[in-house]
Amino acid sequence: MTVILGQTFTGISIGAVLLLIALGLSLTFGQMNVINMAHGEFIMAGAYTTYVLQKSISGAGISLLVALPVAFLVSGALGALLEWLLIRRLYLRPLDTLLVTWGVSLMLQQLARDIFGAPNVQTRAPDWLTGNITVIGGDDPLTFANSRLFILALAIAAVVALSLTLRLTPLGRRIRAVVQNRDLAEVSGISTSRVDRTAFFIGSGLAGVAGVALTLVGPIGPTMGTNIIIDAFLVIVVGGIGQLKGSVIVAFVLGALQSVLEYSTTVSVAKVLVLVAIVAFLQWRPQGLYTLRTRSLV
Amino acid sequence: MTVLNGRARAWAGFAGAALLLFAVAPLALSDFRLDLLAKYLCTAMVAVGICLAWGRGGLLTLGQGVFFGLGGYAMAMHLKIADAGPGNLPDFMALYGTATELPWWWQPFANPVFALAATVLLPMAVAAILGLFIFRRRVKGAYFAILSQALTAAFAIWLIGQQATTGGTNGLTDIQGFFGYDLDDPLNQRTVYFIIAACLLALIAIARQLIHSRYGELLVAVRDSEERVRFLGYNPANVKLVAYVVAAGMAGLAGALFVPAVGIISPAMIGIVPSIEFVIGAAVGGRASLVGAVLGAVGVAWAKTALSEEFPAGWTYFQGLLFIVALAFLPGGLASLAGIVRRRRKAVQQTPALPVGEAA
Repeated sequence: MTVILGQTFTGISIGAVLLLIALGLSLTFGQMNVINMAHGEFIMAGAYTTYVLQKSISGAGISLLVALPVAFLVSGALGALLEWLLIRRLYLRPLDTLLVTWGVSLMLQQLARDIFGAPNVQTRAPDWLTGNITVIGGDDPLTFANSRLFILALAIAAVVALSLTLRLTPLGRRIRAVVQNRDLAEVSGISTSRVDRTAFFIGSGLAGVAGVALTLVGPIGPTMGTNIIIDAFLVIVVGGIGQLKGSVIVAFVLGALQSVLEYSTTVSVAKVLVLVAIVAFLQWRPQGLYTLRTRSLV
Repeated sequence: MTVLNGRARAWAGFAGAALLLFAVAPLALSDFRLDLLAKYLCTAMVAVGICLAWGRGGLLTLGQGVFFGLGGYAMAMHLKIADAGPGNLPDFMALYGTATELPWWWQPFANPVFALAATVLLPMAVAAILGLFIFRRRVKGAYFAILSQALTAAFAIWLIGQQATTGGTNGLTDIQGFFGYDLDDPLNQRTVYFIIAACLLALIAIARQLIHSRYGELLVAVRDSEERVRFLGYNPANVKLVAYVVAAGMAGLAGALFVPAVGIISPAMIGIVPSIEFVIGAAVGGRASLVGAVLGAVGVAWAKTALSEEFPAGWTYFQGLLFIVALAFLPGGLASLAGIVRRRRKAVQQTPALPVGEAA
């Protein structure tokens, strides 16, 4: 029993990482219909930022906390630059953005390889994150790793911050307006191109934060983004594009499902089963769990 | 008149391509280079399917690696069994010692006819089932691309996980013979090249026929406005399904012929990265043009070999740049360049130069 609980918890923490990644993707996908394959490399940028900061600041405890805002800014700036250089030219061609940003991601990966070397590097987790919390003691103990709890807290904080921003701030209102009806927003005096860039900055910045979180659970390497980004995209597809609620639910469900299936079968079979489950789900709800209602025929 | 012209041009192009592939290339290239060309032509076969599904049908499939792999593995499984000889296990299975007899799903592939048919029919069947689920529920555009990519990832991960029966990360290696012919013999290698070239021409002919039929027009109509096609009484799901299934069959055949040409098939050749590389070739050459897609695929594959021999790191930058330039600034690929130049020249000739300031 505790094994299943422990596995579920691991799954939920995987879900938290997925959620951090999917939040940013969902923002850009929902807002501009841009499929940003370079999002994975923004995660990588966040992870390498953590690595560099740890090298330059002694004391892992502080460097991780410093890394969070710095990674947000670094990845966010990369995202805004990408938007300004390329993506705004591809507006209305979502499939092409997918391939163009894939090209960008290839170049960023190679750049990382040239700067940091091809082998993976590792950061040291701060002392206050190395232990476990025992939830159920006894012969068959149930323990939660502190680092995974931290990731969970980070994901929750990001969701709360983002949804408050979207709900309460003028920027959030503008973003929601653009998502719901771009043309109407434009004629109402909203500078959609500026909103786009800001949304892209925030979304990419969240990828950086996800990168910081990932350094706590695995090695940092040039290809770390590619592997996880597809799962994050699936979260968005299943959750419904541009729908925060959907992403949150689906990220945790998929994470837990993957983790429990991995325990009862093998990693590779679990992956296939999760995909089958997703295709089956889309039979029931082709537009994802939550959809934005429009009158559009397309 | 124009139809006749087009047909005559197509025949001329075909004859020229056949001459190049069957006479010029074998005479001009060394055995080593001809082997490489055979490999590139396999990529071009996949590109023919991509031209149909993506260029014409708007279905960006990032999962051609799956179908390429199904075809490749079907062929390789048969060749491995044949190499091992009757009653023996393929070498890698004997090595790991986990299997004492051929797994049940390997057994049918001992039959050459079944294996050959499976190289094309298996990918088509998988594509049909998947396509039915995906298109019937109107999963499209980006959703479809992402799903197809997830499928590729899952397939590659599954193959790697089944070490004992699929060879895992190594794949099926060291394939010696091809239906009784020794693949080390340069003469037989040359024959494999001719088979590949002939298959490529056949696939191009099939695709051209499809594109120029009523079906081809319907496919473009679905790409451009699916709802209107539905209102006209057609079912867009079926239209897309045909393109997807045909493209899958083409990728399967390409994978099957890739195996004797290269002597190995492994997850590294069918994962996410190769699947996207298939798309790059078609995109750079021109996704909607058969000639463009084929030449693009061969050109990009050639550039990869040439550049990664010289500068291994440089190739990745170049590849990324190629993607960005081709898709962001030249969506029609190189094939559209001629048209753009022609139109611009015409525009220059027709409009008398206006004095500055009075334009528009």
